[in-house]
Amino acid sequence: MTPLLDRRLLFVTGKGGVGKTTIAAALGTLAADHGKRTLVCEVDAKGNLSDFFEAGRTGFDPLPISENLSAMSMNTEESLKEYLSLQLKIPVIARIGPLARTFDFVATAAPGVKEILTVGKLTWEVREQHYDLVVVDASASGHIVGQLAAPDAINELVQVGLVRDQTGWMLDILGDPTQTGVVIVAAPEEMPVQETIELAGRLREETVVELAAVVVNRVLPELFNAGEEALFERLRHDDGLVAALAEVGGGPVEPILDAAELAVSLRRSRAGHLQKLRTELAGTEMLYVPYLFQRSHGVRATNRIAGHLGEELGF
Amino acid sequence: MARTTRRAAGTLEQLLAAKEIVICCGSGGVGKTTTAAAAGAMAAARLGGKVLVVTVDPARRLANALGLESFGNVETRVPDSAFAEAGIECQGELWAAMLDTKQSWDDLVRQHAPDAKTRDAILSNPLYTNITGRFVQSHDYIAMERLYEIHASGRYDLVIVDTPPTRNALDFLEAPERMADFFSSRLLRWLTVPYRSRLVNMATKPFYKVADTILGSAFLEDIAEFFLLFQTMYDGFVERARAVQRVLEDKRTTFVVVSTLESAPLREAEYFMAALEERRFHLGAVVLNKVLPSYLLDSGAAEAASRLGADPQAAAAALDDLGDPEAAARVVAEISQSFLNFRVVASREAEQRKELGRTPDVLATVPYFDSDIFDLAGLVRLGEQIWR
Repeated sequence: MTPLLDRRLLFVTGKGGVGKTTIAAALGTLAADHGKRTLVCEVDAKGNLSDFFEAGRTGFDPLPISENLSAMSMNTEESLKEYLSLQLKIPVIARIGPLARTFDFVATAAPGVKEILTVGKLTWEVREQHYDLVVVDASASGHIVGQLAAPDAINELVQVGLVRDQTGWMLDILGDPTQTGVVIVAAPEEMPVQETIELAGRLREETVVELAAVVVNRVLPELFNAGEEALFERLRHDDGLVAALAEVGGGPVEPILDAAELAVSLRRSRAGHLQKLRTELAGTEMLYVPYLFQRSHGVRATNRIAGHLGEELGF
Repeated sequence: MARTTRRAAGTLEQLLAAKEIVICCGSGGVGKTTTAAAAGAMAAARLGGKVLVVTVDPARRLANALGLESFGNVETRVPDSAFAEAGIECQGELWAAMLDTKQSWDDLVRQHAPDAKTRDAILSNPLYTNITGRFVQSHDYIAMERLYEIHASGRYDLVIVDTPPTRNALDFLEAPERMADFFSSRLLRWLTVPYRSRLVNMATKPFYKVADTILGSAFLEDIAEFFLLFQTMYDGFVERARAVQRVLEDKRTTFVVVSTLESAPLREAEYFMAALEERRFHLGAVVLNKVLPSYLLDSGAAEAASRLGADPQAAAAALDDLGDPEAAARVVAEISQSFLNFRVVASREAEQRKELGRTPDVLATVPYFDSDIFDLAGLVRLGEQIWR
């Protein structure tokens, strides 16, 4: 399998709320730190990718973040204009207003058009070698299959014409596992694990894109080994010991013990979900990112996660 | 686990007793489905009457708990025996259904098509299949449409809907309006002109020429056919979309915004609350899920944790009954650090909640359950947290 960051195009997806954008930003940061000219692109124009870099609002024109790193937000209308002027040599879109409106209309009627303008722009950046790596903060797991399958869908719907001609090379890039891969971000909880397993199956069956890796985000630390846990249990239920601990601590320790118990039980229930994920997706590369106990999710969190991902990838 | 205090005056119990439609919304992964199901279970058990929970894509075990074996628009009653097993006496009836987008669209077409021929032509049009089956926007409208249909049938006292996960929370609020606009657009009529009238050969005009070069005439014809067929249902559709819109605005309808205290979902929730206000829709409650326990904010305990963490050996010495002083010191170090770690997150959450802009009538907080909820007992356990 091609090493993750040696690919050219990575679609980062996952159930809502698992930290998809953080992981996309961190993968981009990591690749750029290792000398790759990298573009991170969020497909949702209303997303919050810029929060993770703290470098101002991102737009359709790539915004430089650091030496090798740029970020952009997808905008299908801009993508269409670019496509028309570059591919069809139709220079001034403003003059053919009705055409733009028609496309808006067609895009609503056959929403695959919007998806293809997104995928088209991304694969085009890869084909033109503007970047070594394009990391996509892609749609959530419910919508990613529709997005990745759009070129196929268009192939079925549109039998001839220029759009049809374009889907061929897009599919070549998407279907080449040395170039393109999907990264699913999961959290070790029931629904995210379930969705990850289902999505892996759907990617296999309904798209040409390979699943490159699963990132398990927010893994809680193991507090105790077996001997220590037995010891903790005894401490927890012995009033005399609790009092002694409070004496040394000079304050209430019940909350500390309650919190430890919460940490242990959360960790335990999550271990079960994690195990299920490993079993069902045996053979898939798994990268683990610990839960970050910190104040906020800015660029500091992005860099820390990039560090953890780097360790997992053996950098 | 300690229940956190609440500022707002009303209760979810009062809200559910007074309303007929409850729409749960919020970003993905915040426990929207579980909250909708818990509210439904509580309403059926405590308030009585016939309660229906419509979910979009529940976790399998939750679906099983509600007796939903398969997808489909079938409304299934949760058996009394399931309540009995959970040790709960149910005064009313709890029903559940899953939203099947494709089937709902097909039903809508069957209902509004003028004749069998048009109906079959639409159902087999490739564009129709694509729009209804594959793409997301269509879910938003159909969820609201189903809601209208169920409410209008008068079969239930209370309908609780779990909305589809959209990145843009407003999509489904605007769906009925957009649908009506769409089918009445002039552009649509314009595009279908050459196919309505072969007498005027519009296809030679530059506009169509360009469209034809890009998309190919076969595709354009599919589009035209699709809209010509849909136009036959135009009046019924637009009228229906407006009726759906009216249901959202109705006084008997309320919205429950579900979130966690993480920054992204919370921002989405605030945005959504503002949008509801702007449209004068009723914001009934905000439910905050997965909130860390308030004991983590105890500053005395934080000081103790710092002291213990700074010198775990001293603590271990005081715990000599535990034996193995090295292991005891490690335990003390771990639990102190773990407390302080979780405290950082809990403090951030407390601050976020304080900043929650608009105060709804009901603000309910649900603690971080250490296991997933997959049965009625679990739903009711969660429901108890938000009920009063």
